[in-house]
Amino acid sequence: MAYFTIKKHDNVAVVLLNQPKSPVNVLSSKMLTDFENLMNTIEEDNSISAAILYSEKPDCWIAGADIKEFMTMENSEKAEELSRSGNKLLTRLSKLNKPVIAAINGATLGGGLEVALACHYRIASTDKKTIFGLPEVKLGLLPGGGGTQRSVRLVGLRNALDMLLTGKNVYPFKAKKVGLVDELIHKEGLLQAAIKIAKNFAKKGGVKRKPRKKGMLDKVLEGTGFGRNFVLKKARETVTRKTRGNYPAPLKILDCVDIGLDNGLAAGLEAESAGFGYLHGTEACKSLVGLFIAMQDNKKLKSNAKTNQVDTIAMIGAGFMGSGISEVSVKAGYDVILKDISLDGLGNAMKTIWGDFTKLVKRKAMGAVERDKLMAKITPTIHETDMKEVDLVIEAVFEDTGLKQKILVGVEDTCASNTIFATNTSSLPVADIAAKAKKPENVVGMHYFSPVPKMPLLEIIVTDKTSARAKAIATNVGLDQGKTVVVVKDGPGFYTTRILSALTHEAIKVLKQGASVEAIDNAMKDWGFPVGPLSLLDEVGIDVAAHIARGDLGNMFKERGIEEDDTVEKLFEAKLFGRKSSKGFYAYPKKGRKTVNTDIYKHFGGEERKKIDKTKIQNQIGLVMVNEALLCLQEGIISSAADGDLAAILGLGFPPFTGGPFSYINTQGANKVLTTIKELEAEYGIRFKPADILVKHAEKGDLFK
Amino acid sequence: MIFKQAKVAFIDGVRTPFAKSPGPYAKLKSYDLGREALLALKNRHPQLDKTCEQVTMGCVIHNAATSNVARESLIGAGYDLSIPASTVTLACISANKAITNTVEAIQAGVMTTAVAGGVESTSDAPVRISDKFKAVLLKAQKAKGAKDYWALFRQFKFKDLVPVAPAIAEFSTGETMGQDADRLAARFGVTRLEQDEFALRSHQNAAKAWEEGKFDQEVQAVIAPPSFAPMEQDNTFYATSSIEKLSSLRPVFVRPNGTVTAGNASPLTDGASACLLMDIDEAKKQGYNPNVVIQGYSYSAHDPNGELLLGPAFTIPKLLNEAGLKINDIDVFEIHEAFAGQVLANLAALQDKEFCVERLGLTDAFGEIPMEKINTQGGSLSLGHPFGATGGRLLISAARRLEESDGEYALIAACAAGGQGSSILLKKLKVTAPKKTAKKATKKVAKKVAKKTTKKVAKKVTKKTTKANPKTEK
Repeated sequence: MAYFTIKKHDNVAVVLLNQPKSPVNVLSSKMLTDFENLMNTIEEDNSISAAILYSEKPDCWIAGADIKEFMTMENSEKAEELSRSGNKLLTRLSKLNKPVIAAINGATLGGGLEVALACHYRIASTDKKTIFGLPEVKLGLLPGGGGTQRSVRLVGLRNALDMLLTGKNVYPFKAKKVGLVDELIHKEGLLQAAIKIAKNFAKKGGVKRKPRKKGMLDKVLEGTGFGRNFVLKKARETVTRKTRGNYPAPLKILDCVDIGLDNGLAAGLEAESAGFGYLHGTEACKSLVGLFIAMQDNKKLKSNAKTNQVDTIAMIGAGFMGSGISEVSVKAGYDVILKDISLDGLGNAMKTIWGDFTKLVKRKAMGAVERDKLMAKITPTIHETDMKEVDLVIEAVFEDTGLKQKILVGVEDTCASNTIFATNTSSLPVADIAAKAKKPENVVGMHYFSPVPKMPLLEIIVTDKTSARAKAIATNVGLDQGKTVVVVKDGPGFYTTRILSALTHEAIKVLKQGASVEAIDNAMKDWGFPVGPLSLLDEVGIDVAAHIARGDLGNMFKERGIEEDDTVEKLFEAKLFGRKSSKGFYAYPKKGRKTVNTDIYKHFGGEERKKIDKTKIQNQIGLVMVNEALLCLQEGIISSAADGDLAAILGLGFPPFTGGPFSYINTQGANKVLTTIKELEAEYGIRFKPADILVKHAEKGDLFK
Repeated sequence: MIFKQAKVAFIDGVRTPFAKSPGPYAKLKSYDLGREALLALKNRHPQLDKTCEQVTMGCVIHNAATSNVARESLIGAGYDLSIPASTVTLACISANKAITNTVEAIQAGVMTTAVAGGVESTSDAPVRISDKFKAVLLKAQKAKGAKDYWALFRQFKFKDLVPVAPAIAEFSTGETMGQDADRLAARFGVTRLEQDEFALRSHQNAAKAWEEGKFDQEVQAVIAPPSFAPMEQDNTFYATSSIEKLSSLRPVFVRPNGTVTAGNASPLTDGASACLLMDIDEAKKQGYNPNVVIQGYSYSAHDPNGELLLGPAFTIPKLLNEAGLKINDIDVFEIHEAFAGQVLANLAALQDKEFCVERLGLTDAFGEIPMEKINTQGGSLSLGHPFGATGGRLLISAARRLEESDGEYALIAACAAGGQGSSILLKKLKVTAPKKTAKKATKKVAKKVAKKTTKKVAKKVTKKTTKANPKTEK
């Protein structure tokens, strides 16, 4: 048995999980066969009276199922069959006449947690690496190994729905509190304690568990049919409002829970297997799993060459971006020299970072001294000379080419000749910033997204002159900071800002055509964006949009008819900046919710609004972005469609269930998309001129890869 | 004691800006301040993370949660966890004790690189519950049944709940330090006006030193939670104070006719200091250019009832006589200013024949220390006095002033609660206006010692090197 070895402690069988040649244990069809044999052994061997499942991996119990194997499964019937056989096996485990104890240290996710749930008793370590979760929903799936059933029975309906519908991680103390595990202990004493419990159970001839304590509210909501229906109804409403029908998985999960509660465990498990097979076949699932794998594979970009490693970063500019970049850097283990012109600015940045860490301290996800140690890694300074010895300088000052050039010259004067200078800009061409550099090969763009600690993407911009080392260092740092890295070529607006600007300009045009603000935002949210384009403009700020429009990107867009007039400039002059000036497309009162700012319609042909067909709005705004992405691929701004998909989803919130603009074309068919774009071109002119690359793909029937 | 061959070099020192308490640091713990000072030192000398062998910090008022505040501060500042750290306490000369303990260890060859300093937050002072309430609580732990509890409850009075605020009073005499300073000033005939003038001088010197940038190197701005408002300068001195203003203040310790006021006493202060001390050869090996060594030190202890604050008067003559030096040989005096009256009384005591003969065992008065050598860049009256940290500030200031002067020696002196005192003697190696005799003497000593040590260890090696040397010289 490769996956398991049994070590006996008197009458207790300790099953050591240790998948060969892998840093983690994952469930696969091969492992299932071994598992079957294992259960036979436990059942038939009379010298065994109790068993413990214990992982020999340092940071992992069972990390879930093998995703790649799952995706190569030829059809959904196979997936359904896999779930069914898994369920059969775990049901057998749960009914085994000898007590089986899960002794858990490390990640216990997805299928791994489902195995734990099927055991008779769970003891877990308090180690930092010990986490529990059912993340299947994030992949457009449902937990197909009893997760939708046993979780509800163990932790109650509301806690279970929280885990099932968000896929979020649960940490040991919370797990104990909700009843997901029965007992906690330090990892050093885990096995010893589990053996003691097992012997005790064996002696008493049965498992003794303290059931979860239920509050009054739980008793009413979960103990009565009426209460349960109320909770499920509310959950269904929330899910429908949030997914707008684009993601089938959460509703399927709710169905399975519902059936299980009404008709019993067996019926629930059957519904689960059927649902699992169904979801496997959906486009949303394929896209989300594809995204997950792409993000995993992205980590392989890391270069291990010694010359490409840095340990100290100088951060110039202690604004919101600067503090965010510093925060993710120290968390990744880097020392940061934070440079600004004023101590007050530095103080504000430190306060922001400390505030973020303190939130973690309050949630007990970080110790107070641990926070202080991280803060100690940041050296705030107003002296340029303090940056003398760093290998990488990241600059995030105001978006002004002249200013950035000046800072670059200063850094070249102060630092060593091989120090890499990274500029954080969303739209200024990096070659312009590097124009006055003595060593332009050391200059690279690192376009972070705001707020930096939350946004998963880093767009790295290389010019014709950027050295391989500069690119590698920027990539390494970005990956360490937990970002998914996409390398693009220098050009107006690079990739993300360029395709996003195309979209927001088109949204303004639709507004001019007479649609209402909320119709536009709602249409795009239905299309799958997390935020409507006009809301987004308000968040980013019209001032920023106007600044971008004045640059190279604006000029290019003017030539191509994407930006036709000075509407943005007019809004800027009217100081309708958006949230920061409390008025933009929406009005932001100090208290209460934002409302549409009807005043703004005077810039768009008056208060009279027309009803425009939702699909038309979606095509017009969505496809202008898709076409711009195609042009970026054609011009070599992005080096692959896969990069374009990843950056659009992670940086701009392009509907994840589509898999990105290029996957969207693949699913819809290049021909169909081309036809729609051509129709738009006929109606609106050259800005919808389809990219040549789309025409070619449509002719040949090729897929974008 | 005076070292025959002083091996310990003062390399560098930093301190936080000192702040009145409660003030800008009111929300910081002494742990936080200690962390800031240690962090600043590490940022300046990044190799400390690997080379530092020990951290010793002085502290007087302990927060029970961080009773070894040196260790907690070290951990929080992100030092390597393999560096041992301990906290020492000796009232206002706690940091002096931390420094001399470290000097002893390096001098003895136990280690070559260590950090010494101190920290104090009177804002972080533990407020105690009353002894009566404490007694009730302790009994309550053992109480059984309603009857016991009822009995205890009947003993309990609500006024016992009033917490006991910390006071700076002598445990053995019950007198506050201010009362004692008042008494001492009267004993040596120090007038109210003299005290106020000395205080004014201290504030003016501090303001001038700040203006001239004297503290720019050693004071590291603190940008600390939760406000993160930058604190760049000591907020303890008054640049615009005047003798009229100081004279208008009422006595606070002995009312209504005492002489010690809030104006001529040092304020309650929060702050921290940290100094890097190294074996001189090791320092040179690491590329430092050490120029100030700790030549020796002395401690004294006397009757807290009456001689509480006379530490300097006891230790200065003791140390100088041992070193064979006279007041004239010393160019820099850093004397801790707990109270203006206390400094002046100490200076008067050294000129008082009766005191010097009876209490110090001298044959005559020790002499007058010229005012222009004392605390020319401010003192505890103006820069503040975080009890545990002041010794660090004295060392940093004295070393810097010595470097700035063309003299050879600096002397630090301070008094402490419990009736104790401390003096430390610093020596500059490369004197700007060199005294020929002194230089020759040190050379000889160095050669002799070198011979002695090398002879036994490796004769062959020394031969080789001695042979090689003349050649290269030719």
